[in-house]
Amino acid sequence: MDTMPKWADVLLVPLISILIAFFFSGLVILAIGENPVEAIGVMIEGSLTSSYGWGYTLYYTTNFIFTGLAVSVAFQARMFNIGGEGQAMIGGLGVALVCLAIPWPHWTLALPSALLGGALFGALWAAIPAYLQAARGSHIVITTIMFNFIAFSVLNYLLVNVLKPQGSMDPASATFPPGAELPRFSEILGIFGIPFSSAPPVNVSFFVAILACFLVWLLMWRTRLGYEIRAFGHSQTGAVYAGISPFRITMIAMLISGGLAGAMAINNVMGESQRLVMNAVEGAGFIGIAVALMGRSHPVGVFLAALLFGFLYQGGAELSLWTNIPRELIVVIQALVILFTGALDNMVRMPVERAFLARKRRQERKPSPKPERKPAE
Amino acid sequence: MDVLIPVLDTTIRLAIPLLFACLAGLFSERAGIFDIGLEGKMLAAAFFSAAFAAITGSVWLGLLAGIAASVALSAIHGIASITFRGNQLISGVAINFLAAGLTVLIAQDWFQQGGRTPSLVGGARFESIELPFAEALSGVPIFGQIYADLISGHTILVYVGFLCVPLTWWVLFRTRFGLRLRAVGENPAAVDTAGISVYALRYAAVGICGILCGLAGAYLATGLQAGFVKDMSSGRGYIALAALIFAKWRPWYALYATMLFGFLQALSLRPDVVQTILQFRVPVQFLDALPYVLTVIILAGFVGKAIPPKAGGAHYVKER
Repeated sequence: MDTMPKWADVLLVPLISILIAFFFSGLVILAIGENPVEAIGVMIEGSLTSSYGWGYTLYYTTNFIFTGLAVSVAFQARMFNIGGEGQAMIGGLGVALVCLAIPWPHWTLALPSALLGGALFGALWAAIPAYLQAARGSHIVITTIMFNFIAFSVLNYLLVNVLKPQGSMDPASATFPPGAELPRFSEILGIFGIPFSSAPPVNVSFFVAILACFLVWLLMWRTRLGYEIRAFGHSQTGAVYAGISPFRITMIAMLISGGLAGAMAINNVMGESQRLVMNAVEGAGFIGIAVALMGRSHPVGVFLAALLFGFLYQGGAELSLWTNIPRELIVVIQALVILFTGALDNMVRMPVERAFLARKRRQERKPSPKPERKPAE
Repeated sequence: MDVLIPVLDTTIRLAIPLLFACLAGLFSERAGIFDIGLEGKMLAAAFFSAAFAAITGSVWLGLLAGIAASVALSAIHGIASITFRGNQLISGVAINFLAAGLTVLIAQDWFQQGGRTPSLVGGARFESIELPFAEALSGVPIFGQIYADLISGHTILVYVGFLCVPLTWWVLFRTRFGLRLRAVGENPAAVDTAGISVYALRYAAVGICGILCGLAGAYLATGLQAGFVKDMSSGRGYIALAALIFAKWRPWYALYATMLFGFLQALSLRPDVVQTILQFRVPVQFLDALPYVLTVIILAGFVGKAIPPKAGGAHYVKER
């Protein structure tokens, strides 16, 4: 256990993994005949050097914080929730139903209600796989994958047959009332006289996402429930011995996870499109997996990883605009990050551990001068 | 009959990629390696088979390239989940994304057609094979019709796919290799005690899985359709996974399960047929979702219990 100092475990190993992932991404760019350095230049230029770029970067970041937290909470209980995509889709349905229910007078009323609706729908969508895992032992990975597809069909059916306004051709709900429109950064920062581009959809949901990070931290590391979830994740038998009910923890962890994924919809459905469309989630549920792995399932890590993926996502869009590199490069980078920080974690960890062990042994062989100096001080 | 035969014909065409992928998953999971990367391997194989067929003009070289691509991804999965004892599910997810991204990236670089390959013509595609006497027997009612329109007239890969079912059964249940492979998925420690390499067996299983996924992908791009388009596997790898659970990890049941799911896919292409049979309109989306719903019901254990291989998903550490 004590082979590595904590900083190496928390920072060094993930950092090396990410560097390897980026190195291979660079190779991929080289292989398709483009210049990786130039590509990074275009990505930074397009996402971090203007308020327009930052606006989109932070908009994507908001999505990924929610889905990253969702996967993290399930990971803490040692469950792999691949269903973030479906839960976010159904969360969108919840947000849309709330927004369309009444002519909202002001966003301050609409936002909490919609947040509740999205989280509730997302949690309910996660509840069935959770129950099947907890009560009948059905593997949660398979059931959540299946529920992604079922969510797609359900949403498709509802949009085409129920939610589509009469006379409209495209499968989408009606536009939300103006009172359900969330203030964007240009409006918020405008109050303080700071100019910000009004084009990007980044909105007040960003702050809700940061609040969610804090609340998840509070829950996981400062409450009894969070302790139980983590204990259950470390050792199921140990947790049972300590009087923790596996059924209860499985259900609660998955409900929180689904709720967080569903809550994402306030950003993409309410904040951006202002109506429910097909494919509104755009794979954010899956990126949450990479974000959670990279962020080591800790809210601070998730925030940083979400920011990085927000940058990659916006930078990737710029790349496809200005160069011959398709947007799918981001999917490749995402895959490599998942591969190296997740599946091939031991490949990096084992040599690092060995290096630290070797150093420890060397130090033990020739005693350091420290103990001799101490009495003199 | 005139309605049924075309629907069943489509069923076979749509079920074959599922069957290949399902048998692929069967080998892997029977050896204790979960594989949710079937989808990605299929997609990679679809692209490389179509790309090489388009470039060389030979569908057989395409098939080889497709299998090679799929096996390469299998090797990554093997290294991650066998050698480095990583999480097999996470590795599978990574492989799916890797394939989804790389295929489009490379397709754009090679062909500049927005992530697709040129349409395959002539020898770059698998042609359908007329079985002997199909023409002569087509006049005979029912049996002749079934022979001529349903059994005859598929590409070679369809017949290979059907042959793979008894072959898989024979390998798994009638050979020493199969016995050991199944044992390694149930109790690797026992296999190790008998002096047989757990790692080698698992790598072999993952390799076979790669080859079969390669066939699935090659059939998609060069048999079922003429060329590769972005994301063309469209969830078939996951349906195959569902079929595998439905089949409870047994080869013959895998055939029935994939045929059932293929039939559902064929029906969702012909909502008019469903309507005339059931006398009311069934939403297409319901038929699309049915395989997944059925799998969840099976997984929940309401219709017989699906018990996976015992050591599935667990990596094996040799005692030191």
